[in-house]
Amino acid sequence: MVFGAAGDPAMFDPAFASDGETFRIARQIHEGLLTTSAGSTELEPALAEDWEVSEDGLEYTFNLREGVQFHDGTDFNAEAVCFNFDRWHNFTGLAQSPSASYYYQAVFGGFADSENPGIYEGCEAVDENTAVVTFNQVTSKIPAALSLPAFSIQSPTALQEYDADNLSGSEDAITYTEYALEHPTGTGPFKFDSWDRGNSEVTIVRNEDYWGEPALLDEIIFRTIPEGNTRRQELQAGTIDGYDFVSPADYDTLESEGFQVLVRDPFNILYLGFNGGNVEGTQANPALQDPRVRQAIAHAIDRETIVNSLLPEGAEVATNFMPPTVDGWADDVPTYEYDPERARQLLEEAGAAGTTLRFYYPTDVSRPYLPDPAAMFQVIAEDLREVGLTIEPVALQWNPDYLQAVQSGQADIHLLGWTGDYNDAYNFIGTFFAEDQDNQASAEFGAFSAPEIFAALAEADAEPDPSTRTELYQEANRLIKEYLPAVPISHSPPALVVADNVQGLEPSPLTAEDFSTVSLEE
Amino acid sequence: MLRFIVRRLLQLIPILLGLSVLLFAWLRALPGGPAQAALGERATPEAIAQYNELFGLDEPLYVQYFRFLGRAVQLDFGSSTQYGRPVSEVFLERFPGTIELTLFAMLFAIGVGIPLGYLAARRYGSFLDSASVVGSLIGVAIPVFFLAYLLRLLFAVELGWLPGSGRQDVRIDATRITNFYVLDGLLTREWDAAWDAVLHLVLPAIALGTIPLAIIVRITRASVLDVVNEDYVRTANAKGLAMATVRRRHIIRNALLPVSTTIGLQTGLLLSGAVLTETVFAFGGVGSTLYDAIRFRDFAVLQGFILMLAVVYVLVNLLVDISYGLLDPRVRVR
Amino acid sequence: MTALGNYKRERIDALAARAGQLPEGDAGLSLTRSAFRRLRRDPVAITGAVIVLVFLLVAAFAPLLAPKDPVTQYLLSEIRPGTIPGSQEGFPLGVDNLGRDLLSRLIYGSRQSLLIGVVSTVLGLVVGMSLGVLAGAFGGWVDTVVMRFVDIILSIPGLLMAITVSVLLGQSQLSLMIAIAVVQVPIFARLLRGSMLAQRGSDYAVAARALGVRKGRIVFGHVLPNSLSPVIVQATLSLATAIIEAAALSYLGLGDPDIARPEWGAMLANAQDFLSIRPALAVWPALCIIVVALGFTLLGERLREALDPKFRR
Repeated sequence: MVFGAAGDPAMFDPAFASDGETFRIARQIHEGLLTTSAGSTELEPALAEDWEVSEDGLEYTFNLREGVQFHDGTDFNAEAVCFNFDRWHNFTGLAQSPSASYYYQAVFGGFADSENPGIYEGCEAVDENTAVVTFNQVTSKIPAALSLPAFSIQSPTALQEYDADNLSGSEDAITYTEYALEHPTGTGPFKFDSWDRGNSEVTIVRNEDYWGEPALLDEIIFRTIPEGNTRRQELQAGTIDGYDFVSPADYDTLESEGFQVLVRDPFNILYLGFNGGNVEGTQANPALQDPRVRQAIAHAIDRETIVNSLLPEGAEVATNFMPPTVDGWADDVPTYEYDPERARQLLEEAGAAGTTLRFYYPTDVSRPYLPDPAAMFQVIAEDLREVGLTIEPVALQWNPDYLQAVQSGQADIHLLGWTGDYNDAYNFIGTFFAEDQDNQASAEFGAFSAPEIFAALAEADAEPDPSTRTELYQEANRLIKEYLPAVPISHSPPALVVADNVQGLEPSPLTAEDFSTVSLEE
Repeated sequence: MLRFIVRRLLQLIPILLGLSVLLFAWLRALPGGPAQAALGERATPEAIAQYNELFGLDEPLYVQYFRFLGRAVQLDFGSSTQYGRPVSEVFLERFPGTIELTLFAMLFAIGVGIPLGYLAARRYGSFLDSASVVGSLIGVAIPVFFLAYLLRLLFAVELGWLPGSGRQDVRIDATRITNFYVLDGLLTREWDAAWDAVLHLVLPAIALGTIPLAIIVRITRASVLDVVNEDYVRTANAKGLAMATVRRRHIIRNALLPVSTTIGLQTGLLLSGAVLTETVFAFGGVGSTLYDAIRFRDFAVLQGFILMLAVVYVLVNLLVDISYGLLDPRVRVR
Repeated sequence: MTALGNYKRERIDALAARAGQLPEGDAGLSLTRSAFRRLRRDPVAITGAVIVLVFLLVAAFAPLLAPKDPVTQYLLSEIRPGTIPGSQEGFPLGVDNLGRDLLSRLIYGSRQSLLIGVVSTVLGLVVGMSLGVLAGAFGGWVDTVVMRFVDIILSIPGLLMAITVSVLLGQSQLSLMIAIAVVQVPIFARLLRGSMLAQRGSDYAVAARALGVRKGRIVFGHVLPNSLSPVIVQATLSLATAIIEAAALSYLGLGDPDIARPEWGAMLANAQDFLSIRPALAVWPALCIIVVALGFTLLGERLREALDPKFRR
């Protein structure tokens, strides 16, 4: 099978990756202790058959699967698990670069030699098949985050043999290691075969000794085709069997031509962010500090029409800053229904009628939560003009220009969003609205100060009891929606497409598709 | 001749130095650095600061420049932040594709352009004349991203005659030696691999060749018209030479001189990378790599590639000048 | 560096040199009048001129010609991803992906396209000519330094230059035009310099110098005005290429941030997402660009030939 990817993978050691194309391939080669079940965000055992959490939420006991071997013949056991945890914790030099070990830092908070060494305490191989991992702090990210490919358990033998942690070629430039480029060794249903970089193709082959149900295909080739129309035409010409990131405009056409469009459940959020201008060195519109102005904007946007006209079928209007499938989603938040009259009135009361807003939107990009930024911008801008606001458009190329500008607080209002990494509320609302060292929200939202929101998020993250935690997150969602640092717009379902003879590919909301169940009908 | 070559090569040194300073300053003036590019949506101010510190991007510019220069004189252009590999390695992998594409594009432009330009001149002012000039311009007037789409729609999707993107069918397990896929196929006697690589070059070469095509048509037409009015042609006609002989010996031969210069120099221009064409054809060459590099703020790749391309550019033009001197006895290389 | 950009340089210089050979007057007619006479008899030139004229008229009278407002999202609520209503009552060419009238957008689009073509050409012309005059008037080391600078610009892929210019200046309609102009600068500079060098060596300039006329007066009073014709011809051509460049930059997301404002290049680039459902959204602006580009090119080519004594028959 040949699958069309939108970009090249960086390399194949997922501990050093944070991009989707690398993860797609890594997920076939590597496995973690936990995974998510096909087509959902529910946690499921993988290399760990089950796990127990201590009363205080600090000690995780993983009972490991027996009889599993890495691709190089090394046995998978508790030693191997602890080897990997210790490896991550002891990254040094460029391996600590946030572009490399982003997820370890995001979840565990720091390294052995950092100022703040983070929440990892230690890992102990109690016996061959029991590993106990201890933390010094409770977080709601664990255990869900352990299903991320970044926390795959890799072969200790191969990691050592091919010098996996030595990222530095020259002092200031990353050179990936032989392990990451040539010898990634996991336990997954596929083995790495080759990477033809000149022709942008990665080949993986079936692992005949897989512990579970062996893969149905002998071989999968991932081919990089950056441009969306080119991917579609290659599928239509029959040279590839499927591709990811289908443009919503193409869903119907492709289906009518006999292709299968596999729509993922939406696990993302698009929002219109506000910046009231507390950030030093920027000049955002202070009118946005007035809650009435923020509410007016929320009332002015016709999100129903946006969802119907711009987003694919299955898209939903968002009320929370996270999709309804995440624990902690609240159904009783203020929603600010579409009401242009009310919007005009609120602006009038706030004395902000006719105020000019610099509206930032990205170009040259299509995100799962924002398939067509230019269209989204134009429709929202019209809605805002309708209620008497003046819109000054600012367009920037997505990365790094746009992200740099909005994340450093240069926009008055801007479009941005997020695709969840794992099923945890903090991965959404914590990422957006948690406080920084200066007890403010991020510059993206004008560094606002809302102690009650920050406290609610911190409390929920540290709560070990799941049902109490859910309630705490619901409360946080209500507080956020009352404060309204941004308007949640929509959750949009991204899709993959495959040829009519491709069977067994289950679309995953986390884009964690498992290719081992895929087969090609004759 | 030797002195000429040596002098031209020596001139490279100040050019490359000047270019490297310009490039260095210019790239670092761009908003949004490599840290932001690498981290994307997940960037936080702390992470960006940490990244810049690790990669030495927080040091003064001149320190960074001299470190770069110190390595560059040893032909070490550093390591790509995007690919995690040495820049020279990436260049050797991508440049052969661009060379192949350039050669094919020029073959197309020459093969179609010269006959068309010649015919247009012979029938000056006729319908054919206008049609060939107009026809060669239409390709130029369609932006390449749309032209690529139309070509692929016709030849790959509807007719299925030609592959629509990439450099070689991924199902072919070809041996790589030089990274010139056609040449590799011939060297290893993997004929199907070589032929497949040729087929993959056709559509991007047509898309890329439209601009040189239009230029060649116009130059050929103009220089044939020039030559037809020359005294020696009139003399040849007057002394009763057969028209075919006059055309072959005098007109075509003399008219081709300026055309050959154009061809050589146009080739030099294409070699510096067809940014859009390579991107829309998913063709791994220097153009698409440079485009990715500017978006990823991959300074090492941008600096290394542009400097290496400048060298290539100068060398190609040197070859052109030398060959021009050989072709035309009136031109003496000084 | 002398070899950098040789191709363009030689072509431009040849063109300039040819213009330098122009004899004053042809059978009693001034150069421009005789050229104009021949143009009037040339069907190709007339075709080009008519196209350009129609384009100008449409741009001038867009508000009268357009049946609808070009930015109002009339049929937005009827749009679904995958379905864009086609031609219907009141919308002869159908609507775009946000329910706006395509015909009106095409008509209004001529204005922005004309603006981009003219402004970027004028910008390129002014800067390029200043450099060219500097080099051509003074010669010597000034010439060397200026031309070396121009060569450096020529040696970097044009699109890469344009991208970084847009990024550095921040995106706006003006920065788009500047990005396009930057690529044109070296061409105009070379063209004018070559043409001026040829004129400086011509008999009348030598004679004027022999008579003791001041250098500045020779350069600005005689040489410069007589060197302009190849530059003017190149300018008509670059009016067309500017619109095509604008399309490429819009495609890369570097176009006019006020994307609702209709412009052919941006419309064509934006239509790429809807090729599978409404190819007309791309085909119409593409046709407009092709026709106008042809109009300008035909006119420019024939103008050059008319001004060139070799083509007098």
